[in-house]
Amino acid sequence: MDEGLRSELQKQGIFTTTLEEIYNWGRKNSVWPLQFGLACCAIEMIASTMARYDLARFGAEIFRPSPRQADLMIVAGTVTKKMAPQVVRLYNQMPEPKYVIAMGACAISGGPFKQGYNVLKGIDRYIPVDVHIPGCPPRPEALIHAFMTLQKKIDEQRLSGNGRPRHLDPDAPSEFPVPQFGEHDLVPAKNPDVWKPPTLVSHG
Amino acid sequence: MTRLEQIKSRIEAALPGARLEIIRNDSPSAQHSLLVDNEHALAVARFLRGDPQLRFDYCSNATGIDWPDAVLKEKVKVKKVVDGAEKEVEETVEKKRQGFLEAVYHLYSMELKQGPLVIRMRTGNRADQAHLPSLTPIWRGVEFQEREIYDLYGIAFDGHPDLRRILMWDGFQDYPMRKDYVEPDDYEYEPTPHDEVLEKTQKHYAQETKS
Repeated sequence: MDEGLRSELQKQGIFTTTLEEIYNWGRKNSVWPLQFGLACCAIEMIASTMARYDLARFGAEIFRPSPRQADLMIVAGTVTKKMAPQVVRLYNQMPEPKYVIAMGACAISGGPFKQGYNVLKGIDRYIPVDVHIPGCPPRPEALIHAFMTLQKKIDEQRLSGNGRPRHLDPDAPSEFPVPQFGEHDLVPAKNPDVWKPPTLVSHG
Repeated sequence: MTRLEQIKSRIEAALPGARLEIIRNDSPSAQHSLLVDNEHALAVARFLRGDPQLRFDYCSNATGIDWPDAVLKEKVKVKKVVDGAEKEVEETVEKKRQGFLEAVYHLYSMELKQGPLVIRMRTGNRADQAHLPSLTPIWRGVEFQEREIYDLYGIAFDGHPDLRRILMWDGFQDYPMRKDYVEPDDYEYEPTPHDEVLEKTQKHYAQETKS
């Protein structure tokens, strides 16, 4: 159906849609985040749920205290190596469809602690991340923008064929290996199926 | 300084046999400290807390220092016969110092409103003799701080009620705050590397291309 006819029908009070559209419309407008924060970014995350920024406008006001009831994990803050296995385990316990927003410099790359020994250099080494937000910490507007980006991503997912959501693809993995505490570092230090190191381009 | 000397002689009078030494700090802060021997440390600590004229009832901070093996250079004036005449000549003498670990405690008295008194304890070496008496029985508040020193420097505190790692996980083998600690090579990309970060990055990529 072409767009002109569709908007004409809408003016007459007739609403047309496709299954894919209404399915994704429902999904994207009730994303329930996991109530879970790691450091100072969590304060901004809390602020964005309260009256001033009001994440409820986007259908994400229900922060669930259990991973079993959550769709979205907002990794808000520094992921220390001691905490990383628990974060991956929480992610594994979430049912599909599930999404991840890595919030703040630490969660996406290790941030100011990148040269240190005890902070994970980005949670995307172990779990697939849908939206990265830079900032230290990102303002609530940035989190809302990331959330809208995620909604757009959900909206654009086709329900069949390549690029369909993982819960509709029986071959797609839903759980990812939990790293173990090693003698000097986490074992393994990264999951090569999820994360590839950037290649260095040498300048002349 | 005079105050510290008074405290030192007061402890020596009360506890004969305790070997104390004043470690000078020649920086502008002039925060001199008292080195206490390990055998008498617990008794000295108990005295510092209980003595009515000292009453150091609050330990605000406990921390560690790593002193690796080093060669110390010292200038010594030596009399030498040069060209038939005796002259004073400066010579540098090299001394080898075995490395050791140190625990530092900052004490205050809430009752008498004085402090800080800085006391130190030193281990024999950095390996098998890295033991010190725990002062947790005297100042309950240093329990976690001694655990942190144990975690990051590897000083085992004898008499500590619950000596476990506090920040790193239990199976972790290294002591990250020691000078010779080598951190895991676990970062790949740095947008603007310089100095030691550049060195580290180059080393990482040299290994990456080899494997």
